[in-house]
Amino acid sequence: MDLLANLALGAATAFTIENLFYCFIGVLLGTLIGVLPGIGPLATIAMLLPITYKMADPSTALIMLAGIFYGSQYGGSTTAILVNLPGESSSVVTTLDGYQMARRGRAGIALATAALASFFAGTMATFLIAAFAPPLAEVAFKFGPAEYFSLMVLGLIAAVVLAHGSIIKALGMVVLGLLLGMIGTDVNSGTARFTLGIPELTDGIEFAVIAMGMFGFAEIIYNLKQKESRELLQKKVTNYMPTKEDWRRGGKAAVRGTALGSFLGILPGGGSILASFSAYAMEKKISKNPNEFGTGAIEGVAGPEAANNAGAQTSFIPMLTLGIPTTPVMALMIAAMMIHNIQPGPQVMTSNPTLFWGLIVSMWVGNLFLVILNLPLIGLWIKLLQVPYRFLYPAILLFCCVGAYSLNNNVWDVLMTIPFAIMGYYFKKWHCEPAPLLMGFILGELMEEYLRRALTISRGDWGVFIDRPLSATLLGIAVLLLLIVALPFIRKKRDQAFAGEDG
Amino acid sequence: MKIHNRRDFNAGLMFLLIGLGFGTYSLEYSLGTATRMGPGYFPLMLSAIVGVLGLIVLIMSFVPADAQEPPGPTDWRGIGLILASVALFALLLPFTGFIMAVLALVFLSATGSDESKVKETALLAIGLLALGVGVFGYGIELQFPILPPIFTR
Repeated sequence: MDLLANLALGAATAFTIENLFYCFIGVLLGTLIGVLPGIGPLATIAMLLPITYKMADPSTALIMLAGIFYGSQYGGSTTAILVNLPGESSSVVTTLDGYQMARRGRAGIALATAALASFFAGTMATFLIAAFAPPLAEVAFKFGPAEYFSLMVLGLIAAVVLAHGSIIKALGMVVLGLLLGMIGTDVNSGTARFTLGIPELTDGIEFAVIAMGMFGFAEIIYNLKQKESRELLQKKVTNYMPTKEDWRRGGKAAVRGTALGSFLGILPGGGSILASFSAYAMEKKISKNPNEFGTGAIEGVAGPEAANNAGAQTSFIPMLTLGIPTTPVMALMIAAMMIHNIQPGPQVMTSNPTLFWGLIVSMWVGNLFLVILNLPLIGLWIKLLQVPYRFLYPAILLFCCVGAYSLNNNVWDVLMTIPFAIMGYYFKKWHCEPAPLLMGFILGELMEEYLRRALTISRGDWGVFIDRPLSATLLGIAVLLLLIVALPFIRKKRDQAFAGEDG
Repeated sequence: MKIHNRRDFNAGLMFLLIGLGFGTYSLEYSLGTATRMGPGYFPLMLSAIVGVLGLIVLIMSFVPADAQEPPGPTDWRGIGLILASVALFALLLPFTGFIMAVLALVFLSATGSDESKVKETALLAIGLLALGVGVFGYGIELQFPILPPIFTR
């Protein structure tokens, strides 16, 4: 069977000593930043991207960066359970029941449930990617410029729908991101656009610079004023063994969460945050005693944890098959490929099969590492949680500065983080979500190019986007999404879902 | 007329001004037609959309139903200290080398927190220097001077 042969090829790549080592480093770093507040996978991957120039094999680079991403999801749930603070936004719902379990002295079981549910989801999602990526890549070969353009519109709309707060402001942020993406040399005419006469701007702005400024530095400035309130419940966690009853209830929830999360992860703009929220809502809905939720229901931990991990992994599918980033983290993965001269798109599977399948198998290996890392090393993570923020932020600042410098071995990129940090600070104050802006920024140039090509082929007829059935379907879904969110009922639900997060 | 949502008012105004700014700037480039798009075509379109969205947000901020508490005051000290330490790092790195730049960044940024103590910050700086020189300087061999270039000449 093809699938098995492909997985065997992937295993041959993933199980080399070097790749195993970097996979381990990736998940270790990922867990670390997931546990630490104030730094997420986006800023970390942006920081480490330049280092991957040095790696001989692009598979190694992607394996490590991917490990950081899904490792951070694991780490995020540890803090959610132990200190009621989500380390990452995808573990927000885990605080609801995970922390309650910890308060009842069941912290060990909650941690074990989260780890095992995530491992199960990760294993299943790995097989799903292996099974579904090839046929999807086939479809992608049928895509013309109009379809690609419509797909990007859908992705951006999805990012808007998932942002908290006002939809109009999120839309504004997307378009602002697209505009920022226009800065630099226009590939078609060679005109330097919006450079204000500054030569460094003719190459455009580095994505990593914006990510560090808005997510790294702005966050630090904001946190300086907040009083530290990390209260640890238990210094020592004992008894990880779930009871029979826990296995039965948690197991079912993990299966449901995996299915839901895998599906939502594939959608453009979807990913792990939506997955965990939906899984929690679903578990609460189908439970026989919904009152238990919020007081330490094991389903409330197993379901969302399985879902966010499955979603995190299946969100690689559009990136690998279409070459289109659906989340800011995926954009960085694409950047890592381009550093090694690999043009992302459906052809990657055939032109670089070892990279493609190696990455997929490495995700399973990484998930295994995470289970091994998380449970016995929990004591270490607890220690780390006690590191005060006043030690953390100068370190984060330093690593970001070095990361920005090493993008082009130039201090210009370090200085460019400053205006974006100020922007990010005010965005946070005015409740404007920066994630949609980043999505827009990533897709800006591509979108213009596909729009140009589509309209050139159609001789300037805008109807081309609705005349072609595939393109029309994609746009239709985008419109539908916007309409659904605008409905008063859903709007209320959405506000509730995000209410737990302090924007 | 009373502003009921200060955050939206500010955000709307920002979007509007950015739309106008980028829009005006776009006019410097040839627009072309839909069939043959010039470098100004897509940016002008985007600027118009941002401007209109900004206007909507701005107008909505006067609607009483959406009333919200105004955002807190800007933390100028925090912004200044953190970003000054970043700028200082960038400016010092090529001239005085990595070690001096790290010391400047760590000590200046640490003053941003009320809880910092000089002794602790010094230890932190030493730790970060050891890690930084080891990993960035020797581990992955990034291209920057470690000691002030005067000493190495």
